[in-house]
Amino acid sequence: MLTLTCPYCGIPCDETELAAGGEAHLKRFGPGASDAEFEGYMFHRENPKGVHFERWRHAYGCGKWFLAARHTVTMEVFGTYEAQSTEPPQEVRDRITARHPGWTWRDFA
Amino acid sequence: MSRYSVFAVAREAFRNHTGWQRAWRSPEPKRRYDVVIVGAGGHGLATAYYLGKNHGIRNVAVIEKGWLGGGNTGRNTTIIRSNYLQDPSAAIYEKSRALYENLSQDLNYNVMFSPRGVMMLAQTEHEVRGYRRTAQANALQGVETEFITPERVKELCPIIETRGPRYPVLGALWQPRGGTARHDAVAWGYARKCSEMGMDILQRCEVTGVTTEGGRVTGVTTTRGDIGCGKLGIVVAGHSGHLAAMAGFRLPIESVALQALVSEPIKPCMDVVVMANTVHGYMSQSDKGEMVIGGGADGYNNYTQRGSFHHIEETVRALIETFPMISRLKMLRQWGGIVDMTGDRSPILSKTPVEGIFINCGWGTGGFKAIPGSGWGFAELMAKGESPLCAAFGLERFREGRFVDESVAAGVAH
Repeated sequence: MLTLTCPYCGIPCDETELAAGGEAHLKRFGPGASDAEFEGYMFHRENPKGVHFERWRHAYGCGKWFLAARHTVTMEVFGTYEAQSTEPPQEVRDRITARHPGWTWRDFA
Repeated sequence: MSRYSVFAVAREAFRNHTGWQRAWRSPEPKRRYDVVIVGAGGHGLATAYYLGKNHGIRNVAVIEKGWLGGGNTGRNTTIIRSNYLQDPSAAIYEKSRALYENLSQDLNYNVMFSPRGVMMLAQTEHEVRGYRRTAQANALQGVETEFITPERVKELCPIIETRGPRYPVLGALWQPRGGTARHDAVAWGYARKCSEMGMDILQRCEVTGVTTEGGRVTGVTTTRGDIGCGKLGIVVAGHSGHLAAMAGFRLPIESVALQALVSEPIKPCMDVVVMANTVHGYMSQSDKGEMVIGGGADGYNNYTQRGSFHHIEETVRALIETFPMISRLKMLRQWGGIVDMTGDRSPILSKTPVEGIFINCGWGTGGFKAIPGSGWGFAELMAKGESPLCAAFGLERFREGRFVDESVAAGVAH
């Protein structure tokens, strides 16, 4: 079972305690955005076979949203951080780079 | 290639089965093909078959990373039905179901299509209303379904507990010509015919890149060398996003694991397929006697082809309430496949931003039933540039907001 540490509670949570919320760091475009930008925000997903940034909610705990970095093949978790972050903290990036040099993601937002 | 028939079986019986030939060739890749299909699962092979049969395009290669039919084609629960809500879905799924009726004769390969009937239980008032609506929609679409009473449910499948305390059966959507087929045989049958038409099926050949020139596809690089092509069809289910990234475009797809399990074989006890979408479980009995059980998908992106224990628990817990007699059954095997989910739970059969590349994906949790229809439509799309069956399933529907919303009709289980 997948175990993630809630960054607010600081406790490890089983996946049954959590609700998955899909891809993180999606950039929402404001008024005047093009159709293509809005389509990208609404539907296009990185869906990588590799490092994935995603949203989770500690549904049966504090109820707060947080973000996690996880590998979609090995299920390795590189860290969790607060949902207000516009990009992953440096220590999470370092942990990913140590294991998967050359990992990529589109622009963080 | 010799025909399979009762006479062939008798002839071989007299010579100790020494005369059977290989069902398909394993050739070396050529430098170039008119059409290259990536993915030798059911959908990819069906596409190749109908390209040859309906459109006369036979200089075709089907490229497969692993082995033929080893992905979701070999991992599903083999249910065939066409009781969808929206007209475009009903058209392609019913085309598919109709093709299954004669597929064994068409392919000269026994796919063991068994139209035993598919029953989708209504266990809440909401579901009753939903399925009544679907039955009406199906009547208009020419898909044979009916809404049946709990008494009729009990008659068709006596092992269902219709008066359970938590999830009483309030009725069901019944499709008498739905059923199951042998999943491997579908892939093998198509592969045999493709090979017979002179097409090359290249197994253990992983695509590592897509080459383009001036916005037009020119070929693919693979672990068995570069292969040129005029048109490229990407039919790789859960790995669609991965291939699309190679070709330089993005997809509205997320890949998750969906798992299934089978029990030890028991005596025949149910001769219909039962789906219980409220509780996320569905079950049928295979010809070997195993109870084939499927459930909900993982809620988060992954490519593990494994599944997780708590989903098994959820599924089995739900099914035991509906089928109390299975509570002492031992489970034999469990496995997972990677399904490609779209936002509206409908497939994508479309041209792409790269000229010459076509994509067939997004079948999500219910691709097996669609194999012949999907191949039929996608072959037409690749050959002619348009197909009435595929018209509503273009990539542009997301930008334009023209969804084919089946998330309500299909639920989680397919």
